[in-house]
Formats: sequence, structure tokens, C-alpha cells
Amino acid sequence: MSKSPDFPTILLVTGWATAATVAAFIFASTGQKAAEPAPAPVVKPAETAAAPAPDPAPAPDPAPAVAEAEPARAAPVAEPAASATPVSLADIKPLGLGRAALPEEIEAWDVAVLPDGTGLPVGSGDVETGDEVFGERCAACHGDFAEGIDSWPVLAGGAGSLTDPRPVKTIGSYWPYLSTVFDYIHRSMPFGEAQTLSVDETYAITAFLLYSNGIVEDDFVLSNENFTSIVMPNAEGFYVDDRPVTEYPLFSAAPCMENCRSAAPQVTKRAVELNVTPMDPDGKPAGTLPVITLAATGTASDPATAEAAPATETAAAPEAMAEPAPVELAEATPAPAEAAAEPAAATGDAGDLALVAEGEKVFRKCASCHKVGDGAKNGVGPVLNGIVGAPMARVEGFAYSATLADMGAKGGVWDAAALQAFLENPKGYVKGTKMSFAGLKKPEERDAVIAYLGTLK
Amino acid sequence: MTDEPVTSRRAFLAGTAAAGAGLAASAAAAQTPDPLITEVQEWASVFGDPVDATPYGLPIEFESHVVRRNVEWLTESTASSINFTPIHALEGTITPQGCAFERHHSGAISLSKQDYRLMINGLVERPLVFTFDDLMRFPRQISTAFCECAANGGMEWGGAQLEGCQFTQGMIHNMEYTGVMLRDLLAEAGVKPEGKWIYVEGADASSNGRSIPLEKALDDVMVAFFANGEALRKEHGYPVRLVVPGWEGNMWVKWLRRIGVYHQAVESREETSKYTDLMPDGRARKWTWVMDAKSVITSPSPQAPIRHGKGPLVITGLAWSGHGKITRVDVSVDGGNTWTPARLTGDVKSKALTRFHHDMVWDGSEMFIMSRAVDETGYVQPTKQALREIRGLNNVYHNNGIQVWWVRADGEVENVEIA
Repeated sequence: MSKSPDFPTILLVTGWATAATVAAFIFASTGQKAAEPAPAPVVKPAETAAAPAPDPAPAPDPAPAVAEAEPARAAPVAEPAASATPVSLADIKPLGLGRAALPEEIEAWDVAVLPDGTGLPVGSGDVETGDEVFGERCAACHGDFAEGIDSWPVLAGGAGSLTDPRPVKTIGSYWPYLSTVFDYIHRSMPFGEAQTLSVDETYAITAFLLYSNGIVEDDFVLSNENFTSIVMPNAEGFYVDDRPVTEYPLFSAAPCMENCRSAAPQVTKRAVELNVTPMDPDGKPAGTLPVITLAATGTASDPATAEAAPATETAAAPEAMAEPAPVELAEATPAPAEAAAEPAAATGDAGDLALVAEGEKVFRKCASCHKVGDGAKNGVGPVLNGIVGAPMARVEGFAYSATLADMGAKGGVWDAAALQAFLENPKGYVKGTKMSFAGLKKPEERDAVIAYLGTLK
Repeated sequence: MTDEPVTSRRAFLAGTAAAGAGLAASAAAAQTPDPLITEVQEWASVFGDPVDATPYGLPIEFESHVVRRNVEWLTESTASSINFTPIHALEGTITPQGCAFERHHSGAISLSKQDYRLMINGLVERPLVFTFDDLMRFPRQISTAFCECAANGGMEWGGAQLEGCQFTQGMIHNMEYTGVMLRDLLAEAGVKPEGKWIYVEGADASSNGRSIPLEKALDDVMVAFFANGEALRKEHGYPVRLVVPGWEGNMWVKWLRRIGVYHQAVESREETSKYTDLMPDGRARKWTWVMDAKSVITSPSPQAPIRHGKGPLVITGLAWSGHGKITRVDVSVDGGNTWTPARLTGDVKSKALTRFHHDMVWDGSEMFIMSRAVDETGYVQPTKQALREIRGLNNVYHNNGIQVWWVRADGEVENVEIA
């Protein structure tokens, strides 16, 4: 199935296509990336750099620009629905609450980088290093060439596709500012391991992504010194919300109330034909209200009783009612007690329960690629139900690396020792493994996650 | 009805239709005494649950279908995903927190009040750190506001795709918040004259951040800690979230951790690569913050078919506008040929959900039912086609077009588009 951590992307490519066609499209676009010619480099000399950082005055396009553009209708910012008069901070008397933020605290939390270079830390990184770090930390989802695995975000290519029926919005084809790339990688990536990349690693990955998009050559070194000289290909591709001018006047005429149609309505699109809506077991759209009318009319016998069943079923299904399980499972005692009691081999005292619970937390590092539990499907990595003690490379439908397939063919088994070795150093234990996870360096984390995996049948 | 894909559904429909047809007669003159009345029921004779049976109650088991639902194929990971409010099953205007849609970028985190810190820095006179306790000492305000994801309806840009308003319009909730006004916190820090924008970010692993122009920040933006009378739920940003009335949900940062004051927009990932609206010429609108007026009929709808047959029928729905109050909602049952103003039921609040009802007598024939919102600026909710003519099909966000439901003679309802 085709999925994305950024649902808007998938909405975009989906349109009213089915999930299957989306998958096909994404697959196709992967190939396109490799073949795509590099766009003309747009590295510009310092003189065109957006704005010299130290000057706070210019503020080229802050909110007032919106207010200026205001046509017949009040611009969004100026809508005074709640407060009648514009508020001035000078009218508010401070209460003397809070305490001064210390420089170390500000440095720790304020990692924002702006288009003009404000907030950019001192450092540098080259394309080659970026390629390595990207392979290690990012490629599991984004692919070795930033082409995107499955429907994880595609980061390179897509140039010239923005008017296509299915545009490919990448860093190269869409993102207007390089600062956004640095800022986002540094604060939010890798997914599930945020804030673990150093400043220099972030520069290096950013340099690699510029290279992947044909914006720089392979010997390029990105640093805080030359950062603002890079102009992104789509820098001019955005304009401030113009709905007040281009839409609101059109949509503000008194609406028609009678005889508004010239012909009887014809159905042009039916959602039912796409069949992509989540369904209840009875084939109705998920969440369809249960039937209550029959009981009320006194014929409570057949259909009503039959219909009561689904509701009860849903009530019994824990995932339908309870809050999302993962965290609770890890913390509440009763639930794990049952889960862990079953694999009697793994014993059942309190220490083990705690270990399993700890392992479930550690597993969050794995969960973006590996699915577990009922109905789990292979994702970037194979499903891990019952993996402990299972033969290697045995999960159906997963395309293993040649090395791992070979180890499986030779009778390799995922016992505790093998899992320990693999998890400590994935690429060392299985040369050429597709798992680009760096590994769990702490023995206690490996113990915990293996204990947890042992509870999954 | 043609080509019913699932036989059990077909059988079920037949049963419903028959029962519906018989209703009028049986209601007028019941043939046999109703045992629910003539026989003493168990609940009328013995004790129910004692107090304290559920120290914090959940909905009764008969309402177990009223839950948030995910559309699995939308996203690769549920840690960065969205689910949908069951608006087809709710009434009134307030959304209970427990079934209000969730959107996380790196999962919902557990952040205690003890561990909570809020920093204000950047172009301010006094960079400050507040504890949760500090926030509780500022003057409190109460405000009801809808929070709608900019991508609500995004799957429908190319045509009708999902069966049910939970999925087509359910990225929305409406709560009554208590908190402190952002301007009071900014006044505490003192914004320097060159400070024109604030940047708000969360404490979770995504640290989702958005830039907000100072004018809005000083107007009606709230730093909230209560919703619907109780603490925010974890998935809604406990202990502190931002409330940005009328503006897209992505800006309502949860687990609010830092407010930076800057001379320009930060142009974060969430306001450049996402939440910008690609237009047919290949350029994109940015800073499309306001959610334009919109409405939807929540029942009847695909998940809430008509089961009672012809006769009196209540059409109910929701309307809202990021520009202010809803002034009118028109309902059509004939595919937009004739429109009738619906009743706006209950209080109409600015930038909050408004409930409308349209009471009618259904003759049992097919209907194309639609609703059309008008707000206090005079804006009239457009058709999807009118939006497409301007924005094309790649816009993704801000689909506030009119929804059409096709009510079949058997009472089942489909999501369709009509010409």
C-alpha cells in the first residue's frame, strides 16, 4: 500500500486516483529521478544574497504587505471579529511573571534558521560526507538517491513538474529557501530520532541534497559562510495569499435561491466506484450508525437483533474504544502482564515485564519501518511478529538483501545472539543489509527490544 | 439501486426499506402491545451501576461506533498522520476531546505540567521562561473556536472519493478553550519595534513550527490549557496548546514550547513545502491562513442513512467561517435548483462551528442534498467546480466547496458530484 508520513503529499498525488495508482505513480517517479538531467546550477555570488543578515530594518514582506493588498474586503489579518480595536502592547502592563531566559537555554531551544541566514550556526559539510550520512541516517525512508522509498517523501528531482497532473514537489522543484532544508533536518530529522544530527552533519546532508537536485557539483562544501548565496530553483514560485482579490469578490454575490439549474442534476462522480473508504465488517462505510428504528417499531425480532451485533463487536474490540495503545501498554501494568505471560519461555516476573515495557519504548525507533501486531504488513522493513527464533529472511513478501537471503538459505536463525549482533551493528553483521538503521549501541536497549520482540507472536 | 457490491449490505438494505415503509402504519396504530412497555424490564427492577463505577466515564457501549477513524492508505506512519472526527454522529457544536480529530507529526507526547516550560525570545526586551504555574497567573479568557486542518476535504479535489462526512469533512473540531491571551505573554517580554512576526513551535520531536504575523498574535490568539472545561487531552497538546481562531489547524501548535519574535517569517517546512497551495500556473499561494466559509450536512450522510422511511425528516449540519460569524445556511434537496434557508440552532459564535437544522417532510424519492454557508462578510460558500476553475486540481488545501449527498429512495446515501 502506498503511504506517506506527510499526508498532504499523498492527498495531492491521490486526487481521486486509488491507492494502487498512487503507488504506481510513485514507483514511476523513482525511475524518473535517476534519469532526470540536472537543472542549471543557480549558485549566485554574494551580491544577490537575499538580505545581509545583520540589518533588521528592511523586513521585505511581513504582515503589513498583506494589509496593503487589501481590496474591497478586510484582509485576514485585519479582521476584527473579536476585538474591536487594534491591540497595542503598550496598553498592557506586565505582571512580572516568568524569569529571564539564560543564553544557554536560548541556544538550546532556538534553532530556527531564517532565509536571510538568521540563526545559522557556524559549521560546514561537503557533498561526499553528506552522501555517507544520508545513506546511514536517511536513506531507509528517502532512498539512497533521495528518491523516496514507497511513499516516503521524494527529496530530489521533479523539476518542471509543478504544472503536471501529478506534480513532484521536492526540495529542488518546490522548496523556496535552503534555510528551510537546514532548519527542518536539524530540528526534526531523522524521523523518530530528531535532534541527533550534528551541525556539520546537517550541513553535509544539506549539501548532498543540493547535489542530488543538480544545484551544486559533487565537490561542493556548504558552510555558514556561503549558505545565503544559494538560491533555490523555485525561489520565485510563491506569492502571498491573493484570495481576497481573486476569489472573494467572485464568491460574494447574492446567491441564487430558485430556478438555479437549467437541467436536472446528473451524477458525474461516485465515491463508491473508487472503493477506498474504510469499511466496517458488514461492508458499510466505517462508523455507519447502527440500526435502532426496528426495535422502536415493536418488530424487535430479526433484523434489529442482527444489527445489534456489529455494535457490540465494536465495543468489544479494544482498539476501537481505548486510547492509542503503545504508551499505555508500556506503562500500565495489567495489559503487559497478559501479553508477556503468554510466552512462558520468556518467564514472567516483574523484572521481565519491565524489560518488555522498556523494549516496547525502544522499539519506537524501529516502528517507522517495521510493523508488528495483528494485521501488520511489510513496510520499509519486514513485519516482525514472531521474529525471535524464526529462520532468517523468512517473512513472506519481503525482498531481502542478497546477503540476508543467503544467510536464511543456509539455515540462519534469529536467536538472541544473532539479534544482538545484528542490532548492535546491522551493516557489520549483514553486509549489504537493506536496513540502514545505525544500530542500538547500548546493550540494555538491545536486551529490552529483543525481550519485547519475543512477546510478539 | 444498482451494483451493490456486498451481498450482506443488499440484504440489509432490503430489510431496512421494508421496515421503513411499515413505520407510518405501525406508529399510527400498534397492532400488538410493545413488550418493552408491557413487561417489566430488568433495568426497571434492579440496580444499575453504583456511583464510582467509572470515576471518569466513557460513552456508553451503545455509542462505540462514535470514534475517530483513520484512513490507513493516506500515510506511511501513524506517528505522522491524521484521523477524522465522527461528525456524522455528533450534534450541537462542541466536539468532545475524546473523538476530536488528531494530527501529529511525530506522535502525541506525554509532557507533564511539572516538566513544561515556555520560552519567549528573539526580538524582545526580556527573553523569558515561564513554568505552567506562571501561565496560570495571567488573566484568563474563554473562547470557542473551530480548528480545521487546511487539508480537510483534500482527498476530494479530483472528485468524490470517500463515503462519509467523517472522512470528507472530519478534519475539524470545535472546543471551548480557557487560557491566556498571547498578547499578555508578549507584553511580559516586550516586543521590540523591529519584531513583526512570531514563530511558534512545539516540544514534540517534529517541533512543528509556524510563523504568525504580529497583528494576529496580538488580536485573538490564545495560549490554552483547558478545553471543554477540562485539561487538554494529551493528543490535543497537553498541557498547553495554541488556539489561532479562524486560521488553519497546522498553526495551532500543540505542546507549545517556544515563541520566537522575528523581523520576518521563518519560512519553516510547514509553511513552504507544505500548507502552500499549488496553482495551475505552477506557482503557489503561501500564507493562506484563513479558513473560508464552509458547511456540510452531517445527517443524512453516507454513514448516517435515513432508516425511518418517508415522512418527517431532520436534516442537520455544521457551518463555519474563519472570517467571523455564519449569517445564513441554505439547504437544497434538489441538487441546487431550489434553496431554503435553514435554522441556525443555538448560539452563533464567530470563528466557531454553527449548527443548522432543516426540518422537512420526505416523500421517499431520491434527493441530492446540499448546504451552502454565508458568513458575515457576505462570502458565499462556492461549489467545488468554482474552486477548481480558479485553483485547478493540485491545490490540496482549503477545499471548502459544497458537498453533495445523493439520498437514494431506500434511504442510503452516497458521496457524489453532479453536473
